[in-house]
Amino acid sequence: MANLQSDFVGIKSPNPFWLASAPPTDKEYNVRRAFEAGWGGVVWKTLGSEGPPVVNVNGPRYGAIYGADRRLLGLNNIELITDRDLYTNLEEIKRVKADYPDRAVIVSIMVPCEEEAWKAILPLVEDTGADGIELNFGCPHGMSERGMGSAVGQVPEYIEMVTRWCKQYYSKPVIVKLTPNITDIRKPAAAAKAGGADAVSLINTINSITSVNLDTMSPEPSIDGRGSHGGYCGPAVKPIAMSMVSEIARNPETHGLPISGIGGVTTWRDAAEFITLGCGNVQVCTAAMTYGFKVVQEMISGLSDWMDEKGHASIADFKGAAVPNVTDWQYLNLNYVAKAKINQDLCISCGRCFAACEDTSHQAISMSEDRVFEVIDEECVACNLCVNVCPVENCITMEAMAPGDTDPRTGKVVEPDYANWTTHPNNPAATAAE
Amino acid sequence: MKPSPFSPGVAAGRLDDGAYAENFSDLHPALDPHEALVAADRCYFCHDAPCVTACPTDIDIPLFIRQIATGTPDAAAKTILSQNIMGGMCARVCPTETLCEEACVRELAEGKPVKIGQLQRYATDHLQEQGIHPFSRAAVTGKTVAVVGAGPAGLSCAHRLAMLGHDVTVYDAKPKPGGLNEYGIAAYKTPEGFAQAEVDWLLKIGGITLAHGQALGADLTLEQLKRDFDAVFLGMGLGGVNALAVEGGDKDGVLDAVDFIADLRQASDMGDLPVGRDVVVIGGGMTAVDAAVQSKLLGALNVTLAYRRGRDRMNASVFEQDLAASKGVRIMTHAVPLALHGNGAVREIEFEYVNDDMTGTGETVRIPADQVLRAIGQTLDGDALPDLEGGKIAVTGAGRTSMDGVWAGGDCAAGGDDLTVTAVAEGRDAAMDIHASLTA
Repeated sequence: MANLQSDFVGIKSPNPFWLASAPPTDKEYNVRRAFEAGWGGVVWKTLGSEGPPVVNVNGPRYGAIYGADRRLLGLNNIELITDRDLYTNLEEIKRVKADYPDRAVIVSIMVPCEEEAWKAILPLVEDTGADGIELNFGCPHGMSERGMGSAVGQVPEYIEMVTRWCKQYYSKPVIVKLTPNITDIRKPAAAAKAGGADAVSLINTINSITSVNLDTMSPEPSIDGRGSHGGYCGPAVKPIAMSMVSEIARNPETHGLPISGIGGVTTWRDAAEFITLGCGNVQVCTAAMTYGFKVVQEMISGLSDWMDEKGHASIADFKGAAVPNVTDWQYLNLNYVAKAKINQDLCISCGRCFAACEDTSHQAISMSEDRVFEVIDEECVACNLCVNVCPVENCITMEAMAPGDTDPRTGKVVEPDYANWTTHPNNPAATAAE
Repeated sequence: MKPSPFSPGVAAGRLDDGAYAENFSDLHPALDPHEALVAADRCYFCHDAPCVTACPTDIDIPLFIRQIATGTPDAAAKTILSQNIMGGMCARVCPTETLCEEACVRELAEGKPVKIGQLQRYATDHLQEQGIHPFSRAAVTGKTVAVVGAGPAGLSCAHRLAMLGHDVTVYDAKPKPGGLNEYGIAAYKTPEGFAQAEVDWLLKIGGITLAHGQALGADLTLEQLKRDFDAVFLGMGLGGVNALAVEGGDKDGVLDAVDFIADLRQASDMGDLPVGRDVVVIGGGMTAVDAAVQSKLLGALNVTLAYRRGRDRMNASVFEQDLAASKGVRIMTHAVPLALHGNGAVREIEFEYVNDDMTGTGETVRIPADQVLRAIGQTLDGDALPDLEGGKIAVTGAGRTSMDGVWAGGDCAAGGDDLTVTAVAEGRDAAMDIHASLTA
């Protein structure tokens, strides 16, 4: 069996699955249950400064987006950082870490953007014996209105400054958690690196309103008739998170900066995908909140089986393996020509490919009287929409044309060599460069 | 002494009172809102969907299912009812397994079609239980139409004509409207007075007058109707039954399955209905299955459904055959009745086994029978009717008969399956044709 042992910036855990800083990690009770279920680590729910704890709303904190059969696809929340006493949390962290020395325990922190505030809390955290800290520069709701959370994460200079303080007053790894509510994720990542961060983790949640109650005209979740944007997470945000992760991984300025991947990780496959895009481990929240802590067992077995199948002995074997293949559009091979192909044995004749292509694409699928659907190669631009809307997996596939064959759509011979937009004759810039 | 299932002869009250209620409860309990959403989510919203093609009334099934899935079941109901005004009954009695659900691509994909029939019922019940009638009449045209038969064909025709502004009088021989919906369908398919509730709901369109106890040939003549009305639609179904032309076929204990079912449907207490200990139903269609299953549910000990051909030739669908088997009905095939034995009342029925080509084998069998139900086909009653074809009224196009101004549809008209949904479609289409002719 593959070795799932994770070593993330020196923090060891038996597997790369950590629970993200969130409601599931707010208390000793929950965290012990998580470790018993098999989670490799937890990032303890964000601690704030000493003093009266924050207060939460007393109405609904979560809103949801559903797929078929009420499958939860996206969740948003307006819960703040821990609303429990700082010292209670610190004592619990210390006890849990002592009882689970092989698991990773990271402490998430969010205090005001003042050096004294960080200088005050960091020694307290250091004393718990936790393995590292995560700076919460991401929460988009509530705390950001008080100049914390994403309000910091949206200003690279603040990130760098606070990170520097943490490296100064804390001896163990410092992970900077980034907000996606920003135009260019590379900037805050570079700032974290400049400040001396050991790693970044992303994404935190995305500003969101999940729905509007059409009777009361209140956004959901509704607190006495009014709503506030919450932080969006769950399977729906995974594509956004993976894109941001990949940008940091392939940016020369931040390439090699350790990344803890967060955002919609629901299955072992999601985790593997994040790791191939450069993550050293992943953090999970919504999947656990939806199904309970037991989901980690599927993640462990699935990742292990896949690694065995592919011959990967450790996480490091495939970490970042997909990063070289993430490129800019302009470098995509324009000589690559594919055509959709419909497997008639698998086709159930629903006609969704036809409707999609006929109404919204290239009129490249024909429909016979007896509901046989076939691709018209003369029209097919290989857009992939038919593949995406087909309800049967692998019924429609994209087949690459062999070099030397003639594309019936363009009448041109498929070239064997790679050629991209930068050299394409239609590109004014390419012409100018000559 | 109270009879039990073991008591010989024909007797009422073989079961405990509670057993009747349980036996005749809804065959397919209604979907609750969550079940409906789960079921609706499975629809792929196919292009030019095969289920629509398979529906005799062309209901836009993907659209109504999407309307359910998006939380608008009343809009779904309107989609259904605009094509099929008896969509509520059809949702209950359609052999969906041979129509829309057989055509469902998920049947092909995984052998589990979308529950189209149950979703249709969910939507139509949702609307009708609120008492909402979503259609209104056009301006009154002053034209009048007589409809003979208040069954699915007649009521469908009447509703569409009334909606288009015509004044309609519906004549029916029976004391209640509904036709086979009221008198001819197994009780467990349409419990709790649904057939009458649906008629009441349908009549809310206005412009329809019901005249009961008016049978064509006895109380009415086609000639008179033609004179009194601008158009006539014949939808009176099949009033006659084929006789059992065998030795002893008139013994006590022999009756028509349609009468047995009609009595059962009209009974206020199932415990009052007499049923044999050993019941034999002769026939292979839906009526035969309905009679056989309900005999069993009434407390008959042994029920045999005897059919002259193989199971694959039965008109009853595989679902119906399996339903019968699951209720304990024995399906006996390749058996042709030779004689009924007994002194006054039938005691035994004798069959000869026949080959697939109906040639006799010479092998015979006698089985106990103290009640024999004939379900061997129905016939069209009446004379002075338009031209017939194969014993039914010949029609061309949308139900046009050989007589000017006279249309026909439903079971009494030639062509089409003898299904409620087909009757509804034929009534609707004839109405559109009548409308075109009246407003030409």
